Amino acid sequence: RKTAVMLQLPLVVTAQVDLVLVLVSLLAFWTRLSRLSYPNAVVFDEVYYGQFVSLYMKRVFFIDDSGPPLGHMILAFGAYLGGFDGNFLWNRIGADYPSSVSVWSLRLLPALCGSLCVPLVYLLTLELNFSHLAALGAALLLLLENSLIVQSRFMLLESVLIFFVLLAFLSYLRFHNAPNSSWSRFSWLLLSGASCAAAVGVKYMGVFSYLLLLGVASLHTWNLIGDHTLNVCVQCVCRFMCLVVVPVLLYVFWFYIHLGLLSHSGPHDQLMSSAFQASLQGGLSRITQGQPLEVAYGSQVTLRSSASQPIPCWLHSHRANYPVRYENGRGSSHQQQVTCYPFKDVNNWWIIKDPGKQKLVVGSPPQPVRHGDVIQLVHGMTSRFLNSHDVAAPMSPHAQEVSGYIDFNVSMAAQNLWRVHISNREAESDVWKTILSEVRLVHVNTSAVLKLSGVSLPDWGFRQLEVVAEKLFKGHSSVLGWTVEEHRYGTSQEQKEREAELHSPTHIDIDRKMSFWAKFLELQWKMLTVKQEDSEHKYSSSPLEWITMETNIAYWLHSSTNAQIHLIGNPVSWGVANLSLLAYQLLAAVYLVRRRRGIKDLPDAVWCRFSCLGCVCVGGWVVNFVPFLLMEKTLFLYHYLPALCYLYVLSPALLEHAHTHLLSSAIQRQALGVCVSAVLLTVFLSYRNFCPLTYGSPELSANQLQGLRWRETWDILYRHR
Amino acid sequence: MAKGESITQWNKSGDTSTLRNRKSFPTSAPNTPVSKGQSCPTGNDAQSSNGTSAQFSSRLSDRHMCTVLLVLVVGLSFSTRLYKITEPPHVCWDETHFGKMGSYYINRTFFFDVHPPLGKMLIGLAGYMTGYDGTFPFMKPGDKYEHHNYWGMRGFCAVLGSLLPIFAYLIVLELSRSETAALIAASLLIFDTGCITISQYILLDPILMFFIMAAVLSMVKFNQQVYRPFSASWWLWLVLTGVNLAGALGVKFVGLFVILLVGLNTVWDLWRLLGDLSLSLVDIAKHFLARVVGLILFPLFFYVTVFAIHFVVLNKSGPGDGFFSSAFQSRLIGNNLHNASMPEYLAYGSTITVKNLRIAGGYLHSHWHLYPEGVGARQQQVTAYLHKDYNNLWLVHRQNTQSPTPDLVRHGDIIRLEHKETTRNLHSHLHEAPLTKKHFQVTGYGNNGTGDANDLWQVEVCGGQKGDLVKVLRSKVRFLHRATGCVLYSSGKTLPKWGWEQVEVTCSPYLKETPSSQWNIEDHINPKLPNISLSVLKPHFLEILLESHIVMIRGNSGLKPKDNEMNSKPWHWPINYQGLRFSGVNETEYRVYLLGNPVLWWMNLASLGLYLIMVAVASVALQRGFSLSQKRKEHSHVLMRGGGLLLLGWLLHYAPFYTMGRVLYYHHYFPAMLFSSMFLMIINVIFNLIFLCCSQKAPQNIGPLASICFFDFGFYLFHPLSYGMTGPLAHEPGSSMAGLKWMDSWEF
Repeated sequence: RKTAVMLQLPLVVTAQVDLVLVLVSLLAFWTRLSRLSYPNAVVFDEVYYGQFVSLYMKRVFFIDDSGPPLGHMILAFGAYLGGFDGNFLWNRIGADYPSSVSVWSLRLLPALCGSLCVPLVYLLTLELNFSHLAALGAALLLLLENSLIVQSRFMLLESVLIFFVLLAFLSYLRFHNAPNSSWSRFSWLLLSGASCAAAVGVKYMGVFSYLLLLGVASLHTWNLIGDHTLNVCVQCVCRFMCLVVVPVLLYVFWFYIHLGLLSHSGPHDQLMSSAFQASLQGGLSRITQGQPLEVAYGSQVTLRSSASQPIPCWLHSHRANYPVRYENGRGSSHQQQVTCYPFKDVNNWWIIKDPGKQKLVVGSPPQPVRHGDVIQLVHGMTSRFLNSHDVAAPMSPHAQEVSGYIDFNVSMAAQNLWRVHISNREAESDVWKTILSEVRLVHVNTSAVLKLSGVSLPDWGFRQLEVVAEKLFKGHSSVLGWTVEEHRYGTSQEQKEREAELHSPTHIDIDRKMSFWAKFLELQWKMLTVKQEDSEHKYSSSPLEWITMETNIAYWLHSSTNAQIHLIGNPVSWGVANLSLLAYQLLAAVYLVRRRRGIKDLPDAVWCRFSCLGCVCVGGWVVNFVPFLLMEKTLFLYHYLPALCYLYVLSPALLEHAHTHLLSSAIQRQALGVCVSAVLLTVFLSYRNFCPLTYGSPELSANQLQGLRWRETWDILYRHR
Repeated sequence: MAKGESITQWNKSGDTSTLRNRKSFPTSAPNTPVSKGQSCPTGNDAQSSNGTSAQFSSRLSDRHMCTVLLVLVVGLSFSTRLYKITEPPHVCWDETHFGKMGSYYINRTFFFDVHPPLGKMLIGLAGYMTGYDGTFPFMKPGDKYEHHNYWGMRGFCAVLGSLLPIFAYLIVLELSRSETAALIAASLLIFDTGCITISQYILLDPILMFFIMAAVLSMVKFNQQVYRPFSASWWLWLVLTGVNLAGALGVKFVGLFVILLVGLNTVWDLWRLLGDLSLSLVDIAKHFLARVVGLILFPLFFYVTVFAIHFVVLNKSGPGDGFFSSAFQSRLIGNNLHNASMPEYLAYGSTITVKNLRIAGGYLHSHWHLYPEGVGARQQQVTAYLHKDYNNLWLVHRQNTQSPTPDLVRHGDIIRLEHKETTRNLHSHLHEAPLTKKHFQVTGYGNNGTGDANDLWQVEVCGGQKGDLVKVLRSKVRFLHRATGCVLYSSGKTLPKWGWEQVEVTCSPYLKETPSSQWNIEDHINPKLPNISLSVLKPHFLEILLESHIVMIRGNSGLKPKDNEMNSKPWHWPINYQGLRFSGVNETEYRVYLLGNPVLWWMNLASLGLYLIMVAVASVALQRGFSLSQKRKEHSHVLMRGGGLLLLGWLLHYAPFYTMGRVLYYHHYFPAMLFSSMFLMIINVIFNLIFLCCSQKAPQNIGPLASICFFDFGFYLFHPLSYGMTGPLAHEPGSSMAGLKWMDSWEF
C-alpha cells in the first residue's frame, strides 16, 4: 500500500537557475582562467611566494613576516596538485619556468578565487536588498577591472583575500536576512566566521574587514537586546561562538597545519629559540641530538644570547685585546675582547669551572650546576676567564666592560666569579639544562648582569657585537638571557687535547619536544616582530596615489619583445568608484541633516537599506584604506584592491537608489539609463584597450604603448631595438 | 582630623541638596531663567529664591562649605607646588632647553625649536619680569645657577601648575554636581608626585596643561550655558574656550588633541541644536557662525599674533638660521644675508653654498666619510645639512680648463662643482640612491678636482633662456646631470647613523620642477668680482608663518628614536612602568625623579576598568528597558555624559601616541593623566549607585573619605620623589625610599 501512495505523487524536480549569474560566472572564468600558463615565466611577486611554495614542498621550516601561513599553504596546495617538487630556483622575475613545472596549477587556485569574486559580488548586492540589475552592474564592474584580472592570474594572494572577505560578508548578510526562527541560518554565520578566519589567515590585512564585520554584527546584536521575544542570551552566545571563538580557533589551526607540514630545519632557524630549533629535524637538532641534558662542572658549552635582535649570536672571545685607547680618547683595560659572534665558531666554546677546584673535566658522577651556584667560565681556546670590572665598556660607556682576564700586574685583580640565575626555573627546574634553561650570569663582585648590548664594535673588534655587564636590573629582558646550545662533558685535562676535542663535532642522543602552543606563540610573536630591511621599491607608492592611480607596477616584460604585463586598473571604473564614494557621502550627509530636521525623504525601510549599504561598502573602503595612511612599510598599488572591490559594490547600488528615489520623472530615469549604458560601454572599451597590458599579449609597438600611457607618471617599458 | 570631620558634615547636608537639585532639571523648560547647577561657587540665587526658607538655609551652609572646600583646594595646591621651588639650585633635565630659549627671547636672538613659541615666550617674560637678565648659558643639566635669578621662571610654571587641581575641581563639579567627586579629583592631582614634579621646573608642560585644563573648564562651563544662548556669560565662556585652545596649540602641537576634543563636543552640540525643531534655521546658522568666530577665527587670530610677536621680538641672527630659507634669514640682524653684499651673478672660480628650495631643505654638503658597503658605490657621501658649516662650501669650475678670468655662469653652461674641503667633485652614476631607490646615488668623486665625465652638471635657471645669468640668492637653479639626465634632488629623508642623520641627496630621473630639485646660491665669494649690496625680497608674514610651521613639523617628525637609547613606549605610561630622571644619579647628589604616584595611578587604571564595566551594565539595562529609579537614571546619566567626555579626552590625549614614529618620553602622558585623574570622580558616582539601595548616608561618605585618606598616605610615601632625595639609593637600606621600589624599572 505504501508504494501505491508514493507512486501517486508525481516525481518533480523544480530548479530555478539565475541565468545572469551563470553567465557572469562563466565570463569571469573565461577572463581569469584562459591561457593561464602564459607567460611561462616568473611574474613579479611569484618570485617571493614561490620560494615558500618550494619550502613547503620540501617541508623545510621558514618564517615570513608578510602574513600568516594560510595564503602560502593555499598556493602550495595548488603546486602540490600539479606535482611540483620544489626544485626550482626562484631568483629573478622573468626567469622561464622549466617544462617540469606545471605553471597552470601554480596559478589555478588564485585565479579560481578571483573568478568566484564576480558571482559573490552579484549575490552580495542581492543580499544588500538591491535589484538584480544593480547586482549585474557590480558584477560587470568587477569582471572588467584589469587590475583584479592581473592580480588573479598569477600566484599572488590578493584575489584569495578578496574572495574570503566577500564570502564572509555574503554569508553574514544571508544569516542576518534569514527569518529569526530558523536555526539553519546559523550555519551561514559559521561559514562567515570561517571565512573571516581564512581572510585573516591569508593576509593580516583581512583583520580590517573582520573588525568591520564584527562591528556590524555587534550593532545588530545590540538592537537585539531590546527585543523581549527572543532568548537574548542564547543568541548572543551563539553569535559570539561563531564570529569570535571559531575564527580564533581556526586561525590557530592554520598554524597547526603549518607547523605540522614544516618539520625540517631551514634557512630561518637562526631567528628562533634554541628549543624551537631543536624541535626541527636536521639543523640544530642534529647537532644537539643526544647531548647531555644537565650542565655540570667541567661541561663544554656554547652560550647563545636569547635576544634575536639585531641577529642571533653566541658568546665569543678571541686572541685580540681591547685597544688601549678608543677613538674618543677613553681608556680600556686592554684585556682580551669578549664579544657576541653570529656564526658557529670554535671560539664560541666555554668551559664551566668550579671556582673551588682546578680540574676542567666532568667528574663521575657529573655534578650539575644549579640556580644560585657560583661558577667561572673559561674560554676553551685561549683559557682566559670571563671577567668584568669597573671599566667603561667600549661602545656603551654606562655599562661595565667584559673581558677575558689577563693579569698585566697593574693592581687590577681578577673578578671572574659569576652567579648562575636561571630565570625560567619555575617552568623548568633548578638544574641548568641544555637548551631549555634561560640563564642570567650575575657578576659576583659588582652584581652586574652579562648583557648583549646589540651595538657592533668598530674594526678593531671585527664588527662583532658588544657584550657588557650592566648593573641596572630592569625586569625581564631577552638581552640578559643566555642558553646553552651545544654541550658536551669535557674529558681532556690537557689544553692541546681539549682544543682537538673542541674542534670535533658533538653527538649523542636524546629527543626533545616542544608543545604546539609554545611553538605557535613563539612563531607568531617572531612573525610580528621580525623586521626585515624596509626600503623603498621602484614601484612602491603612497596610499594617496592609489585613489587617482598615479602609479602602476610593471609585473613582467618579455625577454626579447615588447610584450608586457602591468598592474593598471581600468581608469573608467576607477573614476566611477571614486565618484560614487563621493556621491554617497554627500547624499548621506544631506539625508542625515534633513532627517535631523524632521524631514523624512525616505521611508524607514529604504533608509535602513541605504545606511546598511554605507556601513558595508563605505565602511569597508575606509577600514581597508585609512590604516595604510598610518603605516610606515613599503606599500604597493595592489594593497588598494580590497578597498576598491567595496566601491564596485557601492556604485550600482547607489545608481539604483538614485533611479528609484531621487529621479521622479520618466524622462530623467531614461536619461539615467542611457548614461549608465554609455558608462558601461566605456568601461568595456577601456578594458579592451588595456587588455594587451593585462594579458601580456598581443605585443604592442612602441607607439601603441605610448598611446596607452594615459598618465605621465605611469612607467611603461619600451625595448630599444 | 578637623578636615575629615568637616567633610563628613558637609556631605550630610550637601547630598540632599544635590539630589534635589538634580530632580529639578529634567522638568525645567528650556527658556526658564534657572541657572543649571551653578550650586558652587558662583551661587544660585535664582533657585534659592524659589525655595523654602529651610532650603535656603541649607543652601547657605552649602555655599559656605563650598567656599571652604575651594579655599582648601587652592591652599593645598599652591603650598605643594611652591614648596622647595628653588631646590635644587641647578639646571634640571629639559630646563637646559626651555630656560635657554627663555634667555633667547630676553636677548632677542633667533633660534629654532620644534614647538610653537608661546610657552617659551611666557617663560622669557616671567624671567624678564622677575629680574633675570638672560645671561645664564643653560649649557647642560647640573649646571649651578649661582647668582642668576631663576626662581621667577620656576615660580611662574609652578603657579600655572597649581591652578590645575583647582580647574579639575571646578570641571568635575560641573560634570557631576557633586562636591565629593570634585574633591576627589582635585586631591588626586594635588597629591600626585608626578604632577608636582613636572610643575616645579622651567618646562613647557605646566603651561601646556594649564591651557588644556582651562580650555576644558571653559568648554564645560559653556555647555552649562545651554539654556541662555547669546548671553554675556555664554559669549565669555565661548571666547575663553577659543583663547585657551589657541594657547594650548601655541605651546605644543599636543594642543591639537584638546582642540579635537572641543571640536567633537561642538559638533555634538550643533547636532543637538539641529535636532531641536523649535529652532529656526536662522537660529542654527547664528549658533554655527558664533562658534566659527569664537572657536576658529578668534583663536586663529590669537595664534597668529603669538607668531607675529615671536618674529618681531627675535630679530637677531642666532643658532636657528640654517633651518630657514635665504629670504627668511635676510630679516635677521647679524646674519650674513642681512643687507648682504656679494657678487651679483654666479661666476666660475667662486666659492658658494647651495641651498635647497624645499622648506627646511638644507645646504648641499659633503664630508670625509664614505657610503657604507652595500649602499651604492663606496664613494664619499653627499648630503643636505641644515646647519651652517665649512663643509657646505663648493667651488664652481668650468667643464675642463681652469680659466683665470672670472667668467659668469650662464643658463645651459656645463659646470663641475668641487667640494672645497675634500677636493672631490659632485658626482652621480647609475646606482640606486641609499633611501629613495627610484633615484640615483650622488657622491663625491675624484681627487683634487680631477674626476670623470660623471662629474658634469648642466646649470638651468628655472624660467630662464639660454644665456641668462644666474642671480645669486634670487635665481632658482637646477643641476642636470649630463651623463644620466637626472636632476640633483633633496629627498628630505633622514639618513641612518652612517650618514650622521643628515638629509639624503639624490639625482632624480623625474624632471618635474619641484622645490626639492631647485636650489639657490646663498653665499657667493669671489675676490675678483666687486661686491654689490643685494636687497633680497623680504618675505611676507604669511610666508614666514607657513615656512616656520613646515620647519617645525619636519623637525618633530625628524626626532626618531636612536638605536641604543632606552625608548619609552606608550603602554609603559598608564602603568607607571618607568619614570624620568630630572636630576642626580648617584648617592651623593640631590635626586629628583619624575614618577606619578603609583598608588593614585594604579587606582586610575582600576577606575577605568570599573567604568567600562559600569557603563556596559548601565547601557545594557537601559537598552533592555529595565525600570530604574529616577536617582539611578540620574547617576547613569552623569556616568555616561560626564565620564564619557573625560574618557574621550583621555583617549584623544593618549591613543595617538601609538601611531607616532617620533621619540616618546614619559612626560608626554601627563595631559592624558589629567583626564584620567578627573575620571576617578566616577568612584563617587559608583559608590552612590551601589549604596543607593541601602539609603544610608554613612557608606556613601566613608568611601570617598577613605579614598582621600588613601591618596594622602600615598603622597606621604612618595613625596621625596618630588621634593628631592639624598643619601643611599632605594634598594639599599637607610634610604628615604627604602621598600618603596615596587617595580624593578624605577630608577631611584
